[in-house]
Amino acid sequence: MERKLLSGDEAAALAAFDAGVALGTGYPGTPSTEILEAFGALGGRAQWAPNEKVALEVGLGVAYGAARALVTMKHVGLNVAADPLFTAAYTGVSGALVVVSADDPGMASSQNEQDNRRYAVAAGLPMLEPADAQEAYDLFFAAIEISERWRIPVLFRMTTRVCHSRSLVMPRTQRQVPPSACFERDVGGRVMIPTNARPAHRRLRAKLAEIAHFAEGSALNPLQDGDRKLGIITAGVAYFHAAEAAPAASFLKLGMVYPLPLERARSFAARVERCVVIEEGDPVLADALRAAGIAVESKPEMYRFGELDVPRVRRILARDESPEPAAPTGKPPELCPSCPYHPVYAALKQLDCIVAGDIGCYSLGVLEPYRAMDTCVAMGASIGVGLGLRHVLPAEQARRVVSVIGDSTFVHSGVSGLIEMIYNPPVIGHVVLVLDNGTTAMTGHQEHPGTGRTLDHAPTGKVSIEGIARALGVPSVTVIDPFADPGGFERLLAERLAARVPSVIVARHPCVLAAAAIRKWDKLGTERREAISCTACAEE
Amino acid sequence: MHETITNVVLAGLGGQGVVKASDILADAARRAGLDVKKAEIHGMSQRGGSVTSDVRFGSRVLSPMVPRGEADYLLVLAPSEVDVARPVLKAGGVLIPPDLVPEDALPHPRSLNVALLGALSHHLALPEASLLAALQAAIPERLLEVNEKAFALGRAAAARAWGAGA
Repeated sequence: MERKLLSGDEAAALAAFDAGVALGTGYPGTPSTEILEAFGALGGRAQWAPNEKVALEVGLGVAYGAARALVTMKHVGLNVAADPLFTAAYTGVSGALVVVSADDPGMASSQNEQDNRRYAVAAGLPMLEPADAQEAYDLFFAAIEISERWRIPVLFRMTTRVCHSRSLVMPRTQRQVPPSACFERDVGGRVMIPTNARPAHRRLRAKLAEIAHFAEGSALNPLQDGDRKLGIITAGVAYFHAAEAAPAASFLKLGMVYPLPLERARSFAARVERCVVIEEGDPVLADALRAAGIAVESKPEMYRFGELDVPRVRRILARDESPEPAAPTGKPPELCPSCPYHPVYAALKQLDCIVAGDIGCYSLGVLEPYRAMDTCVAMGASIGVGLGLRHVLPAEQARRVVSVIGDSTFVHSGVSGLIEMIYNPPVIGHVVLVLDNGTTAMTGHQEHPGTGRTLDHAPTGKVSIEGIARALGVPSVTVIDPFADPGGFERLLAERLAARVPSVIVARHPCVLAAAAIRKWDKLGTERREAISCTACAEE
Repeated sequence: MHETITNVVLAGLGGQGVVKASDILADAARRAGLDVKKAEIHGMSQRGGSVTSDVRFGSRVLSPMVPRGEADYLLVLAPSEVDVARPVLKAGGVLIPPDLVPEDALPHPRSLNVALLGALSHHLALPEASLLAALQAAIPERLLEVNEKAFALGRAAAARAWGAGA
C-alpha cells in the first residue's frame, strides 16, 4: 500500500473508518473539525451534533449498543461534555467509545489553553496521545482495543500541531469487521442511581489498576536507549521536538498518558544521570511522576505557556529562563471585507452598546474599527452574561446591554440562556441579537441544526431560531437583513433597546464565503427531494 | 543520527494559497520517496490574517515545525509578510520574494503561489517531475494549464535571478 500524506485529523478519521466505527459525531471546533469531515468523506457515518454534550451522549448510546463510536471536539468542548463523561466512566460501554479531545496549546484559535490530560485523571479514563499522523492512525486502533477489552470509554488527546500537521502514514491493508450491534440489558451497570453507582465506582478503579499494569509492559510506551547522561520522558508532538533537540538522549515516550507506567518511568529515571520531563502545557506528567517519588526535572514555569518547539526544548534542557525572542506579529485576522456583520457592528458602536459577545467569526467585532464587544467567554455565554449585567448595572448603562450570539452558537448552547431570559427577565428587558449567517463560519463552514442540512450538506430537519424564540414566549421577535438595510437595522436595534421588554432580533444574511456553496447545496437538496418523491410515485 | 533535511517556510496572507503551495511541495517530497512533515495553523488565519506553513523533508524528519533561524528557503507571497517572516531564515538562507515574478506577467492573478513554487524548485534537489506530478494531483484540470505556465515562469525567473548553477 502507498504511503499517504495525511494530517493527524485525517489519519484519525482513516483509522476510524478502517476500524469499522459505526458512527462518528461531534461539534466543530478548531483543531478537531476535519476529523468528522474526513470520516464522512471516506464513507463513514458522520454527523454534527448541536453540541458536544449531545454528541457524547449519542456516542455513548452507540457504544452501549455494542458498536464502535467516535466522538470529536476541541478541548473546551469537553467541558460541555464533561457531565456525561464522568458517569460514562462508571457505566462503561459494551462496544467501543473513543472521545477525541483536540487541545490547543498556544491558542491558535481558542479562548483558553486548558490541558485536558487533567480530565483523564479527574474522570478516571485511559488517555492516549499520538505524536504525529502515523501515531494518530495506529493509536486509534489501540484506543478501540482498550475500550473494548476493558469496556471503558477512552480519551484520545490530540493537539493543534498533531491535528493539522501532515506527515506520511502507512495504513493497514484490510478494514476490520467490528462486532455487530446488539442490546445487552445491564440495569445495575448502566442505571447510575446511588446503589448502582457505588459498586460502579469500585469497578472503574479496578479497571484502571489493570490498565496501569498493562501500560507498564505496553509497546504504547516505548523506551529508546541512548546516552545515560540525559533521559527524557515525553509525550505527543513534544517527543519529536525533544528528539531533534537532543538526538543522543535516552527516551521514554508515552503513548498512554493516563494511567502512567510508573514503574517503567521509575527504572528509566534511575538509569540516567538527569531525567527531564518535556511536555506541553501544564506539568501534568512531571507532577504525577514526582508524586510517585520519581526524581524528574520539570520545565521552568515560563514554558507552561504556549506551544513547545525545538528551540524551546533546547532552552528547557539548558535550564535557560532568559526572556525569549518575541514571536513575529503578523497581520491579525479581521471580518471579511463584505461580511454581513459589518453593519451590525457599526450599529452597535453607533448606539454605544455594551456587548456581551460570544464565540465565532463575529468575535472579530472586538477589533478595529468597531471595538464593539465587551465580553467573550464561552459558547452561549453571551446571553447569561448580558442578563447578569442588565440585572445589576445602573439603568443608564443597563439599557445599552446587548447579547450577541451566532446561529451555530445559539443552537449549541444559547437556547438555555433564552429560557433564563423568559424565566428571570431583567426589569428593563433585554435584547438578544442572533447573527445568523447560515453556517458555522469560523471553523470552516460546517452545517448545524439551524441550516437544515446534514454534515454532508444533504437536506434534513431544520430548527428555526425565531421559532424557538417565539415558542419560548419571547414577547418581541424580529427577523431582519442587516446587510440589505443597515439603516433599518440600526433603527430596529435602537427601538428594542428602548422597549424594556425581552426581545430577540435575528440578523440574517448568508456568510459571504459560504453563500455560493449554500445556494448549490440547497439546489441539490431540492433536486434530491424531487427525485425521491418521483421514485415514491413510481413505486405506488 | 544526524540527517540532512531541507527546511522551507511559506508565508503570506489568508486566501493567497500558502497552504495549497505547501501541500504541493510536501506531496512532491513524498513522491520523491522522502520523509516529509508539514505544519501550519488553520482557523483564524482564514480571515485574511498572516499564514505560514512549514515544510520539512529528507531521510527522516522529526519535529514538524521549522525552528526559527533554520529555514533554508523562505517563500513569501505578500510584501507585508517579508519582514514578519524573515527571522525564520538561517544565515545564508534564500528568500524568494513576492516580486520575483511581476504581477502583470502572471497567467492568472491568483497563481503567484505556484509561480514562486516554480522559483523554489530551481533551488531544490527534488526532481521537477515529482513537483509537476504533485501539481497535477492538486489542481483541477481546467486550471492546470495556467498553473503549469505559472510554475515554468517562476522557475525561469529564478534561473535569471540566481543563475543556472544555483
